[in-house]
Amino acid sequence: MPALKQLSDLLSAKFPDAFLEVTEFRGMLSIHIRGGLILDLLRMLKTDPRFAYNFLADVTAVDHLKKGGHTRYSVVYHLLNQYDAKRIVVHAWVDEENPALPSVYSLWKTADWQEREVFDLFGIRFEGHPDLRRIMNPEDFGFHPLRKDYPLHGRGERDDFPVVGRTIGSKWPADRSFE
Amino acid sequence: MTLTAKELSTEKLELNFGPSHPATHGTLRVQLEADGEIVTRADAEIGFLHSGFEKLGEHLSYNQYITITDRMNYLSPLCNNVAFALAVEKLLGIEAPKRAQYLRVLMCELSRIADHLLAIGMLAVDVGAFTVFLYGFRIREKIYDLFEMVCGARLTTSYTRVGGLMRDVPDDFDAVCREVLAEIPTAMEQIDGLLTHNRIWLDRTRNIGVITPEQAISYGLTGPIARATGIDYDIRVKEPYSCYEDFTFDVIIGENGDVYDRYMVRFYEVWESIKICEQVLDKLPSGPVNVDADTKYTLPPRNEIFNSIEALIHHFEVTMENRGFTPPVGETYVPTESPNGELGYFIVSDGGREPYRVRTRPPSLINFSVFPEIMPGQTISDIVAVLGSLNIIAGELDR
Repeated sequence: MPALKQLSDLLSAKFPDAFLEVTEFRGMLSIHIRGGLILDLLRMLKTDPRFAYNFLADVTAVDHLKKGGHTRYSVVYHLLNQYDAKRIVVHAWVDEENPALPSVYSLWKTADWQEREVFDLFGIRFEGHPDLRRIMNPEDFGFHPLRKDYPLHGRGERDDFPVVGRTIGSKWPADRSFE
Repeated sequence: MTLTAKELSTEKLELNFGPSHPATHGTLRVQLEADGEIVTRADAEIGFLHSGFEKLGEHLSYNQYITITDRMNYLSPLCNNVAFALAVEKLLGIEAPKRAQYLRVLMCELSRIADHLLAIGMLAVDVGAFTVFLYGFRIREKIYDLFEMVCGARLTTSYTRVGGLMRDVPDDFDAVCREVLAEIPTAMEQIDGLLTHNRIWLDRTRNIGVITPEQAISYGLTGPIARATGIDYDIRVKEPYSCYEDFTFDVIIGENGDVYDRYMVRFYEVWESIKICEQVLDKLPSGPVNVDADTKYTLPPRNEIFNSIEALIHHFEVTMENRGFTPPVGETYVPTESPNGELGYFIVSDGGREPYRVRTRPPSLINFSVFPEIMPGQTISDIVAVLGSLNIIAGELDR
């Protein structure tokens, strides 16, 4: 496992346009890269015997609207090397106008549901995903709730349900709701 | 005139399973396509219990969010409390005292016993063996009494705090806990006698819902489900946290990856957990359960709050909403071995009192994602067996 400087040199030589930086916090290494080449990077980390990160533990995302970062969103991949019990975090940065990056479903099938969750909650699209649908929220839910510009109390989804009126055999008029 | 099988019209049957069904143990829906009794396609639909816990976490302080972690895996809430506290402590760069770490291990292992007993019991109920469930639940009740004794709550425990624990265990805890631990083997032997060599149980569980090691790695499976396929990976051993390296226990590995092996892995893990609990009680060091109050992460002792102005101010500073500790800018993740698999909290801090982003790595969601892959070819009655063996917890599945 190359150390921080070595890893940084290796990646900047391999991905000169996309590589951003390698950071370390409390012993956890994070690779920062532009989203477009994430599939190539993760394929290298998975298949290269120097890394051998064979297990994708988690896929999530962070909206950096209020915190600031390279671009607005970063999709976060937690990789695990089960042979040496080593972990690494990869941040794939995508921009606000067109939040999209390649899907890693071809490398790990666990990306299927986890990328759907990121798509649902952040609105980041994964190109090449076999079935990119919402997973937590209903299909007609118009927002992506984990974005920082979405309020905690929602945008009135709880109040604007279509109410089924009581029409046949009811003593109340159809338009009167039962508050 | 008689019709041969060829002339009979054979169209595939669409079946709907859930979202409100006694065997789903939570709200999830499976759309099935069956050819006679054989399932040809199973699409899972989840999200019925989505409550926005991750969004909520961005508006609660670190100690407040511990109460939310209870609600995720409601079969073993203490494991969630511990996982979150560990992640925040790593972010702050502090470590809980040895006694707190040992007590955390004890609580995690008691939760694991309770969780596995319920998982085995539910699996047995779903395939028609009700008695096993009662044997398991009797012990589970006693373990919950222990939790009540320690933290006052049975389900929503919220026992950990950043930097330690809510409070120390009572003086008579050691004796009561040993008494409960001594009762578990009896219940386990009863369950063993009813299930392990039972012909009907073997027929219902062997070679059902087989997961290969390659599938387990590709689908990100962890915990007993991955170990049942033969993958030797236990976070307690490979990446020890909270002093797990001080205890000796065996990692239970299956070989076929079917429902039966998942049952056996859970069954023997209960025995290993009993071993760990006894070691914790034997080795439990004395001392405080919270980091030094001068660090301003934890509350000062109660009698000092009432008797000295410094402690009162300190208490105010920690408790009030616009005060409290602020971790440095950064991000941490601590993997822990929950009863269902790898559980961890990925916390991003922007230097404020609330986490900027708090993500749960939900073992239930990731373990359940293999379900559509393994169901084709099984019979309809196997669905409940596979669901029970995956031990889906809807609170964690949807968060």
